[in-house]
Amino acid sequence: MRPSAARLLNILVPVKRAVDYAVKIRVNPQQTGIDTNVKHSMNPFDEIAVEEAVRLRERLKDQIKSIKAVTIGPPKSIDTLRTALAMGADSAIHVEMPESAPAPEPLAVAKALRAIIEKQEGGVDLVILGKQAIDDDLGLTGQMLAGLLNWPQATFASKVDIDVAKKEATVVREIDGGGEEIRCHLPLIITTDLRLNEPRYASLPNIMKAKKKPIEKLSASDLGVDLSPILETLKVSEPPKRVGGGKVESVDELIAKLKDAGITAV
Amino acid sequence: MLSVSRILVRQLPSRIARANYSVAAPATAFAPLNSVTESDITHFATILSPSSLLSTLSPTSTSPEELDQFNNDWMGRFRGNSTTVVKPKTTQEVSEILKRCYEKRIGVVPQGGNTGLVGGSVPVNDEVILSLANMNKVRSFDPVSGILVADAGCILQSLTDYVAPHNHIMPIDLGAKGSCQIGGNVATNAGGLRLLRYGSLHGTVLGLEVVLPDGTILDQLTTLRKDNTGYDLKQLFIGAEGTLGVITAVSILTPPAPQASNNVILALPSFDKVLPLYQVVKQQLSEILSAFEFIDRTAYDLAVKHGQGRALSDEDVEGAECFVLVETSGGRREHDEEKLSHLLETLFEADKPLINTGVLSQSPAQFSSLWALREGVTEAVSKEGKAYKYDISVPLSSFKDVVDGTREHLHSRGLLHDKAVKHVLGYGHVGDGNLHLNIVADAYLPEIEDALEPYIYQVVASHRGSISAEHGIGAMKTHALHYSKDKVSIGLMKKIKEMFDPRGIMNPGKVLE
Ligand SMILES: Cc1cc2nc3c(=O)[nH]c(=O)nc-3n(C[C@H](O)[C@H](O)[C@H](O)COP(=O)(O)OP(=O)(O)OC[C@H]3O[C@@H](n4cnc5c(N)ncnc54)[C@H](O)[C@@H]3O)c2cc1C
Repeated sequence: MRPSAARLLNILVPVKRAVDYAVKIRVNPQQTGIDTNVKHSMNPFDEIAVEEAVRLRERLKDQIKSIKAVTIGPPKSIDTLRTALAMGADSAIHVEMPESAPAPEPLAVAKALRAIIEKQEGGVDLVILGKQAIDDDLGLTGQMLAGLLNWPQATFASKVDIDVAKKEATVVREIDGGGEEIRCHLPLIITTDLRLNEPRYASLPNIMKAKKKPIEKLSASDLGVDLSPILETLKVSEPPKRVGGGKVESVDELIAKLKDAGITAV
Repeated sequence: MLSVSRILVRQLPSRIARANYSVAAPATAFAPLNSVTESDITHFATILSPSSLLSTLSPTSTSPEELDQFNNDWMGRFRGNSTTVVKPKTTQEVSEILKRCYEKRIGVVPQGGNTGLVGGSVPVNDEVILSLANMNKVRSFDPVSGILVADAGCILQSLTDYVAPHNHIMPIDLGAKGSCQIGGNVATNAGGLRLLRYGSLHGTVLGLEVVLPDGTILDQLTTLRKDNTGYDLKQLFIGAEGTLGVITAVSILTPPAPQASNNVILALPSFDKVLPLYQVVKQQLSEILSAFEFIDRTAYDLAVKHGQGRALSDEDVEGAECFVLVETSGGRREHDEEKLSHLLETLFEADKPLINTGVLSQSPAQFSSLWALREGVTEAVSKEGKAYKYDISVPLSSFKDVVDGTREHLHSRGLLHDKAVKHVLGYGHVGDGNLHLNIVADAYLPEIEDALEPYIYQVVASHRGSISAEHGIGAMKTHALHYSKDKVSIGLMKKIKEMFDPRGIMNPGKVLE
């Protein structure tokens, strides 16, 4: 059999609207969550994911057929999609949730993404997403999605190379004490780490173009998934305030204090 | 041995004593000043705690190297020969030190963060350096009125951090915020990046506590927004550069923090587009416009070269002669974004576009990064070489002519090459008509200085501009004051100086010759 002509790649980039990392987080008075009436922006790891998809296109040119961004969230999440489009994604999907709905958990998000991937006519060859979102810091969605789809996964990526003809990716992963280079077959899930790239500014021409790019609206029921949480949050509280240090007058006093604190010589 | 070298220093004309630069000798109208002696140190030791007194004279034994950071200015251009640095902790201590210096006719240089750019913060000879660094407490803050009362030695950034949780910001912001002190800002009447929006310190400073040269404490530390009870004395100390007294505390009005801020950098094909752009931007953004800053291509390239903020893509900077940073701050994100995006659309889709392109920050990280490209120019310039800095007010339309004219002038003198002047660049606060003209040289050379002065001052005078828009006069521009102030004004300034400081001990050789 003759090898089939290399298929062009379709990339899906899930992005999340999260409380901006520069914002000082405050717990709400009811202790049910945090004050969300603050500045939000795209989860930084997802920004890296969008950047990587756009860079792949810059390198591989026409071999990348499409870059589609997707978000699951309240109406305001559309801003996050616009940013992705301004950075260079071609189109977007917004799985819209009511403003008041609780944030979905990784498993529900992964199931929704699976449903979206299955709906894509040209198929999806590569999913690039952040290794974690900085709001709940769970770091699970990519792995769960790989499990649900039974696809290979390359997590914590710091370098990505794709050979479209061979349908193969070489990914350097951040691991304790260094990097690990792995080769995977497409279709593939990649989760991004901080060092993968530095996201670009959105330029005016691209912002203007982004306004005209299509955003498809879907709901959870369109996808046949249930986004309601299965975990129950009992209480959210701030970490105990750090107490300032004190000065001691003598070595003896220092030793006594250390002993009081339960620290002893080994 | 010490006293010999001290005498030597005092007798040398200041041109040689401060090898780098030359100005005329300090004020001659006053009787000569005395050097600090060991008996003064003994006396200071009765006023200050041991850690607040640094001196190479006995009974203390600080090494001269430890005093370097106090004797050398930020640019590495001006150098003093002080033997003694005092770091009082209270207004009372400041008062007692000045009383002694007044009695003994010892010169005193008030020093804040030592980030001043005109050589005002270091001695011309061996004056005592009075550092405000240990006076760094916030005295009070009223979150309802936004009025902050703080010791003069509080670092600007720490005050910004202090009021932030109360949803306020400082009315002043500048590149040196991590080191400069509020007292230094007031003493130099620093302008900076927010002046366009919040006005000058002459408006936002509500009160001052000042120790006069003879040690008298002048308490004008009111927190009133309105107070028309005769002469507004505090105004005299704002911008006096420490020549009339030591500011020990400041009462200042802080505005509510904007709920939303955005910024863009626009790339312009030519300088002549800056003015029309400013008009459009002002009109469309109206009350949310909070900064309109200009950097020419050379300044941008230097900022990028020295790692100040993330560069724009090659595509975005291609064919740009200069850049403008526009910042908006307002009370409602949606409102501001709509206005800004409408403006950008108009600019982008105009038949005769004023801009090539631009980038809009998408996150606070990018917001800071865009600002760093503008704020980092000062630092980039100092990393690139030795800078001659001219901070001038001229009509906006002449910005480019002044920069290009200076470059051509240096070229015609054969001074534009690797071993002399490397770059001539301009950046600044367009909104305030303030151009920072910087000449970056390989080394400070007398030929370069002769080529630049009085040339630049004459250019400024021909535009009826100011030879110092915001950095002050310091030691650097005393000889050029007459280009911006007439005889009558200078005469009055001298009378004021004599009245506050009859012995001429406060920051001698600065502002007035
Ligand atoms: C990177 C950088 C960016 C800058 N950007 C700007 C800018 O945008 N706009 C602008 O206007 N300036 C700018 N400057 C210069 C500006 O004048 C200073 O940064 C600042 O205002 C000085 O504060 P300071 O505490 O460092 O004062 P110093 O440098 O220590 O002193 C400056 C003058 O004030 C006097 N002084 C200081 N403290 C007192 C006091 N408590 N009482 C009486 N006199 C005192 C000193 O004797 C001296 O004459 C910049 C400087 C740098 C290095």
